[in-house]
Amino acid sequence: MSASRRKPKLDRRKVAAEILARRGDALVVTGLGAPTWDAAAVGDSPLNFYTWGGMGCAAMVGLGMALAQPKRRVIVITGDGEMLMALGALATIAAQQPQNLSIVVMDNEHYGETGMQATHTQMGADLAGMAKAAGFHATQTIYTTAELKTWVPKIYGAGPVFVAVKVTTERDALVLPPRDGTLLKFRFREALLGEA
Amino acid sequence: MSINWSDEVHRVLREQKVRQVAYVPDTGLKRVIELVRGDKKMRAVPLTTEEEGIALATGAWLGGERSALLLQSSGVGNCINMLGMAIECRIPLLMLVTMRGQWGEFNPWQMPMAQATATVLTAMGVIVQPVADADDVGETFAAAARMAFNTNRVVAVQVAQRVVGAKEFK
Repeated sequence: MSASRRKPKLDRRKVAAEILARRGDALVVTGLGAPTWDAAAVGDSPLNFYTWGGMGCAAMVGLGMALAQPKRRVIVITGDGEMLMALGALATIAAQQPQNLSIVVMDNEHYGETGMQATHTQMGADLAGMAKAAGFHATQTIYTTAELKTWVPKIYGAGPVFVAVKVTTERDALVLPPRDGTLLKFRFREALLGEA
Repeated sequence: MSINWSDEVHRVLREQKVRQVAYVPDTGLKRVIELVRGDKKMRAVPLTTEEEGIALATGAWLGGERSALLLQSSGVGNCINMLGMAIECRIPLLMLVTMRGQWGEFNPWQMPMAQATATVLTAMGVIVQPVADADDVGETFAAAARMAFNTNRVVAVQVAQRVVGAKEFK
């Protein structure tokens, strides 16, 4: 397979909007950098937990949340660099088999926040393949709008789900959500649990 | 002879309604891990590396559940950057750290991280409570749990190698 040589062409903001349009009461965790700005640009919600640090945390924050809230869908939106830092988490998550957890990697094959250096996915690392090998229920690398349309319902289907969406490196307008960690925690818990 | 300290740890986890218990194994944690895995009220989450447990605890708390992390002192170093998130967000987390490199250690490679364990945890803002006697583990762990969950802090109970015993190479 020479899939890794295909050029990413999807628009990350459109991808985020298409996926989140049907979120309903889903809980969302974002990885630091552009995925956090993407989710904020689509629309702020107290049920978005934006991370601004702790690189490599996003998937595992999603697991803790999914185990605590088995009746709610949990969607993690993160970047390829952030996910590459936590490959072991794929094995940890697959071992728990959370049916309500979906991980969406906006894979632009670059470290966007630090000067656009190439990540390992540009050199052939196949994140969806790793998730599949770890034991995720549904996995896919998405290159086209048609593939995205097919997969959006599956992102809300039986999990654990892992999709790597190949997006361009185009820079979008910065949309910055609140960044105080304690504030983000309190408003999330208040919206979900009705308590601070 | 007092009750086994591992049973005390499990009793505290139960009483405090800790639901997600993450761990990277240590010989000294063997019995606690078995008790957690056998407890239907708890979700045992084996990790590939310790920092996953900090992120798991954050997600668990956001979702309304309490979490604990069981680890060997060698794994403390793996947690440092991720602890920044728990501290910034004031996530309650109870850690049980079993020590190596402290009392009759055989393996020199265990020494640097072991001797730095309390220093680096403290530097990150974690409250460290050492226990040197098996009879004190239960009470200390219970007090640490109350403090962690009542005040939204990360509290680490550091169980001395003298209590867990030095690994024998023979």
